[in-house]
Amino acid sequence: MALIEAHQLTRILPGDIPVTLVKNIDAGIEAGEFVAITGPSGSGKSSLLYLLGLLDRPTSGDVLIDGQSISTLNEEQRAHVRLKNLGFVFQFHFLLPEFSAIENVMMPMRRLGERSENEMVLRATNLLETLGLGGHLYKRPRQLSGGQSQRVAIARALANDPKIILADEPTGNLDSAASQLVQGIFRDLAHNQKRAVAVVTHEVDFVSKTDRVIRLVDGCILQNSQN
Amino acid sequence: MNLLLGIAWRHLLDRKRQSFISILGIILGVAFFLGIASLMIGSEKDFIARLVDNSPHITIQDEYRSARQQPLVKIFKEGAVQLKHVKALNEPRGIRNYEIVLKNLRAHDNVRASPTLTQQALVTNGGQDRGITLQGIVPEDAHDVMTIEEHMVDGSIQDLEANRDGIIIGATLAEKLTLSRGNMLTVAATTGDVRNFKIVGIFRTGQAAYDEAQAFIDLKRAQALFNRANRANRIIIKLDNPYDARAFAAETEHSIGYKSVSWQEATEDLMSVLTIRNIIMYTVVSAVLVVAAFGIYNVISTVVTEKQRDIAILKSMGFETGDIKKIFLYQGAILGIGGCLIGVPLGAAMMFGLSQVQMKPPGVSDPIQLPIDWGITQFIIAALFALVAAMLAAYLPARKAAHVQPVEILRGGF
Repeated sequence: MALIEAHQLTRILPGDIPVTLVKNIDAGIEAGEFVAITGPSGSGKSSLLYLLGLLDRPTSGDVLIDGQSISTLNEEQRAHVRLKNLGFVFQFHFLLPEFSAIENVMMPMRRLGERSENEMVLRATNLLETLGLGGHLYKRPRQLSGGQSQRVAIARALANDPKIILADEPTGNLDSAASQLVQGIFRDLAHNQKRAVAVVTHEVDFVSKTDRVIRLVDGCILQNSQN
Repeated sequence: MNLLLGIAWRHLLDRKRQSFISILGIILGVAFFLGIASLMIGSEKDFIARLVDNSPHITIQDEYRSARQQPLVKIFKEGAVQLKHVKALNEPRGIRNYEIVLKNLRAHDNVRASPTLTQQALVTNGGQDRGITLQGIVPEDAHDVMTIEEHMVDGSIQDLEANRDGIIIGATLAEKLTLSRGNMLTVAATTGDVRNFKIVGIFRTGQAAYDEAQAFIDLKRAQALFNRANRANRIIIKLDNPYDARAFAAETEHSIGYKSVSWQEATEDLMSVLTIRNIIMYTVVSAVLVVAAFGIYNVISTVVTEKQRDIAILKSMGFETGDIKKIFLYQGAILGIGGCLIGVPLGAAMMFGLSQVQMKPPGVSDPIQLPIDWGITQFIIAALFALVAAMLAAYLPARKAAHVQPVEILRGGF
């Protein structure tokens, strides 16, 4: 069963001339599956990701997370689902500059409030060490390289141990070496940690490493096939 | 530390200079509010205390508030009564049967009353003369209804009891006429009668006009001098609670008919001036805090604008709209509370400094200290006003922050 599913998902931006971002999308991602969402610029890749990640509301259709419909949830309930079940990684790391790496990673855990302070510190430290940042725990984002910052952002996305990881061009701002490292991390999250991982990318190399490709054109699925 | 409070704190720390300027506005606003309010309230309380202490709480005067009706008109209220050639009874002016009135007043436990006969007179010494207000008093009652005893610099009211032909004069008058205790003073009444009195006491209230133009003699001697036997033209009353004066004056006037004026009624014009002064004062000092609140609005609004991306990422993590609003409201609260915590002691220091200032206003012979009120109310008002202003200033940007749509920000990237 898919951990996250889109049912006839449509998003139209209202206005004098309504703009269709995505239209009638049916797709699902299972646990342990690593999926690339790709397509030309303006095809609706990021829009689909934001809809799946409950950051945007569909004009019609529904998103199911672990079989539960999201359309009936209010903003607070959607925020809680994001906090507990979803981890986001963006093209830019978007770390909070006033906080150290470990504080950034602990932030979602603090908001969820299910762990003690010691448990949070331990988990954040483990996550950062696993991602090769053991020596950078107390550095501020401005003291980290782009690749290091992106790995901190990945650690933050994993903080509450979400079942679903959504990434929007996570390697788009990295050099080749850092990009390879991050791609490996995502594959590990899917294959070894059995999370559902969806990555928006237009990098051919990255797409080739995923299990399945959803290709969008003009907001519609053109291709949804195994790699 | 609470997570949201921690984020708010870090935001402010990250903008130390802007935050410092904002908090400085609140600090100065609170301090000036306290300094000015304490001075205004202090001077008002001092003024009222002087009024209440130094003046009678109620003065019964030998006149009627409205013209008295003829008995015939009273009997035939609905009748068409016309009286012609009414000839007023020619009798000495004053309160009739004042002793009975006094007896009735003194029947109340909380009332102290004493009759006086006050009239203008001329005092002469060494070729110099001065017009004065001569007050005939009952020396035995003086300590109950007057404060003049507290201001005696030579002699005492009791000396007037011992020597019924004595007179007590003000220090300024004594200086101007080169008089001292034990000297004789010639007093001429408006009736033309002239009598000599021995100076048995000298007072100094600090009010130059009063010290120059007021003198006290025994009531009986005043009645003889002014040719008004068994008359008093005022009954002065002190109450245990001065704020009962208005009601008791109305009750007394209703009962005896003579005009009874409470200290509140006598000073109504001054009180309304004080009220207007207070409104102006609170408006001005509040304006300082309002300007300070604009500073807070500015800094939080800037933070909200700069932190759109962080707000979006916090929302994407799972922070709720209310959480985001709280972060920025906390910033307002931190600036407001911080401003109060420093502003209140600074204001207290300013109040202490003002209380040490000595000055000699016109018409006052002795230097006085600025009257400062140390009441808790103004501290509470200043702190509350600063906090409310800070929170209101934070509310608008906080609301704006709460409504940030993460998708719109995240699409834009950097």
